[in-house]
Amino acid sequence: MHLLHCEGRDDSLPSCFGEDVECYNFKPKSRLREFLGEKLIAVTAFTALVATLLIFTFIFKEAVPIFTDREVQEEAGLGKLTFKQVYHEGRPAKWKWQPESEVPKFSLLPLFIGTLKAALIAMLFAVPLGVGAAIYSSEFASKRMREVIKPVVELLAGIPSVVLGFFALLVLATGLQKTLGLTFRLNALNAGIALGIAVIPIIFTVAEDVMTSVPRSLRDAALAVGANSWQVSFTMVLPAALPGIVAGMVLGLGRAIGETMIVLMASGNAAIISTSLTDSMRTFSATIAAELAEVVFGSSHYNVLFFIGTLLFVFTFLINLAGDVVLFKLKERFQGKTG
Amino acid sequence: MKNVIITMMVLLFAVGLIAAGSNITIKGSDTLVRLGQRWAEEYMKKHKDIVIQVSGGGSGTGIAALLNGTTDICQASRNMKKKEYKLAEEKGIKPYRVSVALDGIAIYLNKENPITTLSLAKLKGIYTGAITNWKEVGGPDHRIILYGRENNSGTYVFFKKHVLDKEDYADAAQALPGTAAVVHAVSKDKYGIGYGGIAWAKGVKYTAVKKDNKSTAVIPDVQTVSNGTYPISRELYWFFNGVPKGEMKALVNWALSAEGQKLAEEMGYIPLPKELAEANIIE
Repeated sequence: MHLLHCEGRDDSLPSCFGEDVECYNFKPKSRLREFLGEKLIAVTAFTALVATLLIFTFIFKEAVPIFTDREVQEEAGLGKLTFKQVYHEGRPAKWKWQPESEVPKFSLLPLFIGTLKAALIAMLFAVPLGVGAAIYSSEFASKRMREVIKPVVELLAGIPSVVLGFFALLVLATGLQKTLGLTFRLNALNAGIALGIAVIPIIFTVAEDVMTSVPRSLRDAALAVGANSWQVSFTMVLPAALPGIVAGMVLGLGRAIGETMIVLMASGNAAIISTSLTDSMRTFSATIAAELAEVVFGSSHYNVLFFIGTLLFVFTFLINLAGDVVLFKLKERFQGKTG
Repeated sequence: MKNVIITMMVLLFAVGLIAAGSNITIKGSDTLVRLGQRWAEEYMKKHKDIVIQVSGGGSGTGIAALLNGTTDICQASRNMKKKEYKLAEEKGIKPYRVSVALDGIAIYLNKENPITTLSLAKLKGIYTGAITNWKEVGGPDHRIILYGRENNSGTYVFFKKHVLDKEDYADAAQALPGTAAVVHAVSKDKYGIGYGGIAWAKGVKYTAVKKDNKSTAVIPDVQTVSNGTYPISRELYWFFNGVPKGEMKALVNWALSAEGQKLAEEMGYIPLPKELAEANIIE
């Protein structure tokens, strides 16, 4: 590239780079290249969009018989999926997930509760740890310390979930049962903590990046009026970075709900309705993973599993949407509309 | 699960090394996968031009693969269901079944559990949730922790049919991915109970099982399973699409031979009684 005369440069404006600034002349012939480049990038963006739409369409298509096919509805209509059913005459109505049965039972409630329980425990475990570590690393840690903490936590994100699940199944479960004296070895708490370990690096990375990118001027201003470093962190940096931290938590929650291998291995997979955190539980994702391989193609069980897939898709979509809304509101509040 | 992953890795490696020669794929039951691998290993030593790929995933997975034409041989620890036979007919596949070994389903208990004998009726009560405390079957006063398999497992289906009389498992029964996971859980859980092939029972003990109150309790071993006195035993199958010919026929006949059956016994499976093995050989 060589230096050329700059067309359209307004010499009346002061230049912050001084007089010897380099300008590149964009000749008309490069317009085509520019055009193609732009379209190519647009195509990559659309590929992701189309893929998402196609995935949703195909998953939903397999779930449609629940709404249209009378035969499927008799076994697994929306009502049967949601409300409790009487399966034996004279016995109280129950929510049950027993797809391989003489009378298949497809209540989604036990699975829904399991999914929520796992995600809740994971978040309770991961948010304080992830955000706390991020605050320490970005605000208080020495540069050297920070150079150790950041890569190590990010390494945690690289652990395959099956390995984490294996760890929870063999080591964590035994440890928890011994220390807390639990009845069930594999339970919601065990799975939730293992899930939390998978979520920590997501929250940490996002929160840490956001906090370090809070403008220097904000800190300087606070320090100039006599705030100590603690006050700077908690009254200036943290509120300014809150939208980013929330975004990290939302990403983490999405992962906690969709994660499969860890819950499949560590939760015990018993589809029961229980609010106890030390009971066994079964999640949506683990149910799909465990049962889809076996299911008879085109049966109502098959349709229900795809319906669960659709639900998971919708949940994560809603969570991300809610996250975006919160993010937008918080940004408005803390950074002004232009921020 | 672990087995499946290891098998796949080994397979990918093997496929990379030997691209030539003819390929036979075997897929299905997690109960049979270890035996399938052992057989394949020995057979490939004798026949260098044949590559056999063995993988697990569950009987249901194997049957689905056979129906979709993605495997040559399906290993199954249960018979095909009516729905599956119907589906096979629609797809123009003619399932041909050969029993290749026997298996006793052992009832695993933790080594510290004082119980040594359970009757089929008690087992049914325990797994359907009618009996929830060890005290009710003569053990300590503690809740029974149920371990079992996921519903894509042939063992799950077999146990449900023959021990639970087709009734549902208790909701509290925990479903674990693979027999190894069940054995591990019971070995760590003082009040746990599990079920699975006797070949897997390492680090746990298994109970003797009584058919009813009058009969004597029988411990699962080669003899009792082979002569049918142990009440929870089953045949393990290979399914083909049509009567096997050529290399596949040679393979199954070798597995049924004295040599193949001896390998099965070494691996902890129960060999077929001699007459049955001979009757199964394909002309």
